[in-house]
Order: sequence, then C-alpha cells, then structure tokens
Amino acid sequence: MKEARVIMDTGAHAAALAVKSARVDVVPGYPITPQSSIMEAVAAMVENGELDARFIPVEGEHSTLAAAVAAAAAGARVFTATSSNGLLYMHEVLHMAAGGRLPVVMCNVNRGIFAPWTLWADQQDSFAQRDTGWIQYHCSSNQEVFNTILQAFRVAEQINIPVMVNFDGFTISHCLMPLTLPPQEDIDRFLPPHKPEWRLDPAHPSSFSNVTNAAEYAPFRQMLSSDIMASIPLVKQAAQEYKDITGMWDGDTIDAYRLEDAEVVAFAVNSMAAELRLSIDILREQGIKAGLLRLRLYLPFPADDIVSALPQNAQVMVLDRNYNFGHPGGILAAELKSVLFGRRSDITVKNRVMGIGGVDLTRRYMAAEIRAMMDE
Amino acid sequence: MKSVTKAYRPISWPMKGSGGDTGSWRSHRPVVDTKKCSKCQLCWVYCPEAVIDRHEITIDYRYCKGCGVCAKECPTGAISMEKEE
Repeated sequence: MKEARVIMDTGAHAAALAVKSARVDVVPGYPITPQSSIMEAVAAMVENGELDARFIPVEGEHSTLAAAVAAAAAGARVFTATSSNGLLYMHEVLHMAAGGRLPVVMCNVNRGIFAPWTLWADQQDSFAQRDTGWIQYHCSSNQEVFNTILQAFRVAEQINIPVMVNFDGFTISHCLMPLTLPPQEDIDRFLPPHKPEWRLDPAHPSSFSNVTNAAEYAPFRQMLSSDIMASIPLVKQAAQEYKDITGMWDGDTIDAYRLEDAEVVAFAVNSMAAELRLSIDILREQGIKAGLLRLRLYLPFPADDIVSALPQNAQVMVLDRNYNFGHPGGILAAELKSVLFGRRSDITVKNRVMGIGGVDLTRRYMAAEIRAMMDE
Repeated sequence: MKSVTKAYRPISWPMKGSGGDTGSWRSHRPVVDTKKCSKCQLCWVYCPEAVIDRHEITIDYRYCKGCGVCAKECPTGAISMEKEE
C-alpha cells in the first residue's frame, strides 16, 4: 500500500496535478490570467509524456469550449480552464455543454470582469453563469481544488452535466500551501475510466443536437432542470467516498465551522471563507457566539442543507464578493433569502459587498465588518 | 458507477424517412422505358438526389423530387416525365 505524498504547491499547479491524476483524455486551452498557470502545467505534462492526453491550443475561449464539447461528445474525458472575461466569452457554449449533457469539467479561476480591467479576484464571473445549467463548486484551499476536480469528474460523468470548479485568482491559484497527493491507485479506485453510454462514433452514426419542436425541446429542458437538482446526493456521495478512500474532507454541499451554537453566522464562498474561520475565532474571543457556513456548492443551491444547518434565531451575515446589479447588495444574499423565505422566519439576513477586484480581506477586517453589521 | 437518471441527450439516429418523404414534392414522375435504356448509367451520375439504382436503373419514388434532370440527360430518350395524378 503506497502512502500519500505531501508537497508545497500552488492552487493552479494542484489543479494540473488533479487533471493528471484523473487521466484526462483531451485538454483544449487558451491562456488568460490567472488561469494560464494551469494550462501551462498541463501542456508541459502532455509534452513530456507524463499525461497521455491530446492538448489542443485554440484561438479563443469560445473555441476552447467548442473543442471541449466536441471531444466530450466523442466520448473523451475532457478538462479545460478559464477566468473572468474568458468565461464570459464561453457563455453561449456553456449552454451547449449543459443542454448536450456532456460531462466536461472546467476550472474557473475567479477574477473580476471589465470595465475597467482587473486581474484580481471576485466572483462576478462565475455567478454570472448561474443559468447556463452547469454545476458549480467554489473552493477555499489548494487541497480542496485538487480534491474537488476529482469529485467533479465523478459527479459529471454520473449525471451527464458539466461541472465548473471555481477558486480565487492569485490568493489560491498562485500561493503555495501544503498539498497531500493520494496514491494514484486510490484515485483510480475513486474515479474509474469514463465509459459514456453514448458517443459520436463513425461506426454507429448519430447526430447531436438537431433542431427540435416544442414537444421535444421542453422535455429536454425539464430533464436538465430536474437532473441538476438530482446531483445534490451525488455531490454528497462523492465527497463521502473520497473521504473514505483518501481521508480528506472539504465539506460536501456546505462546510460548517463553529456553527452549532452560533448566534451570528458568516456566509461566504472561496478563499475569504477560509480566512473567515480566523475572523470567527477573533469574534469568539470577544465573547460573540460566531460561526461560519461556507457554501461549497453554489449550483445546485443546496437549500435543504442550508435550511437545516442554520441555528435557531441566527443573524446571518452574507459577505458577497460580487454585485447583484439592479438589487441592493450581492448575489449570495438574494439566493439565501429566496431559500429561507417561508421556511425559516426566525433567521435575519444582513449583507455587505466587499473584496471586489482583489481588495484584501483580512481576518481582522472581516471580524470588524461582522461586528458592525450586528448593530445595523 | 451508474447513472441515477437516464441521460436525456439530444441525439438522433439515421433512418429511412427521418429527413421527410421528399417524394411528395413531385409534380412529374420520371418513368424508365427499359426497352430503350442502354444502361449507360448517365442518369445515375446526374441524379442530384441519388435515388436511381445504378445497375437496375430503377427509381426510389419515396425520395425522387421529380426535377427531370435524368430525363434531360438520357441519351436514348428512355426516361419520360409523366404528370402525377
């Protein structure tokens, strides 16, 4: 029995190592900061023979995802990665991957959107893809990026829905953290080879995504909607079995910290949620019963898990690193309120937007913000 | 691993008639006089719908649109265009 290996690695390189461990077949890629480090590493692995895959350099992100869709339709296990405006440029093809029920896995390294240009992290890019039919994870550590890519392939291939694995640019993508690499045989046990029940095959001709009439189109959309909801138990099962095999756990749909007796609950995603654990400790030292509910799965929005996890009469402080233009505040607050309505009238929801375009979110700053929100 | 729900993908399979019965568009039908036919296969070469059997020189009327190219090209005048009822 081989032992797990621990190295120091960046989030971007951890993603590339997960792609290698997943034995991906096809990787179309186009560079964009801060994602480029993933594609550079994967391309090098293909070039030096570490990864037996086809790397396809293309001329833009629309083509990147088009190549991913075609390769997935041909039965390949496909990975790609993008950021920010690259993700926006893919928007049309995101719909095709989901509607076509193709299990593509893509990393989106969160970065703010123009104009004006920024290279730094917020979640406007991934949250803006809400209605494309993709499952979306949001990760808070380099290790979680590695673990989640493997879980994402498993869920995607079980339910034939593409999965986006999001994490913050630079804070995660370019910072070193300890990374545990499970033995390859354990990963192979968790993620067996991809065996699609259908693929484009010249020996058995079929055509993909023809024009449909309303009587055919409506059931496709209904099935996509209900199957995305049906992925929640698969997400939980993947997290649990990954833990059983590797011993590692990042939460499933949500991740709680000091939540049981909490009267004040911070609600957030991504790297700021990792820092928030330290803010919670600061608040506890000040005598405030604070806790954290980190959303790991943004889509499908895990309504039941959130509703049952929140302690009685809690004040929930939603810290949004994005804007919900046309509404006051951020997107997570609106999503959270919609699932609490009619189910948890004891809960108070307060909201602040912060950290936009990489504004630094320290533990002390967020602790002070939560404290100020309590008096609002 | 097994899918929990059957994947509902937009896939279609090729089968006869899946593109529609285009023969219903025809106003005139080509009729081959086998006595005059020399089996030169020019009609088979020219047919834009590939509905003529190369060896038997028979026509698949389910898909023949009645364009008349075969009758025009036939060097022995073996194909005549007859009005559909």
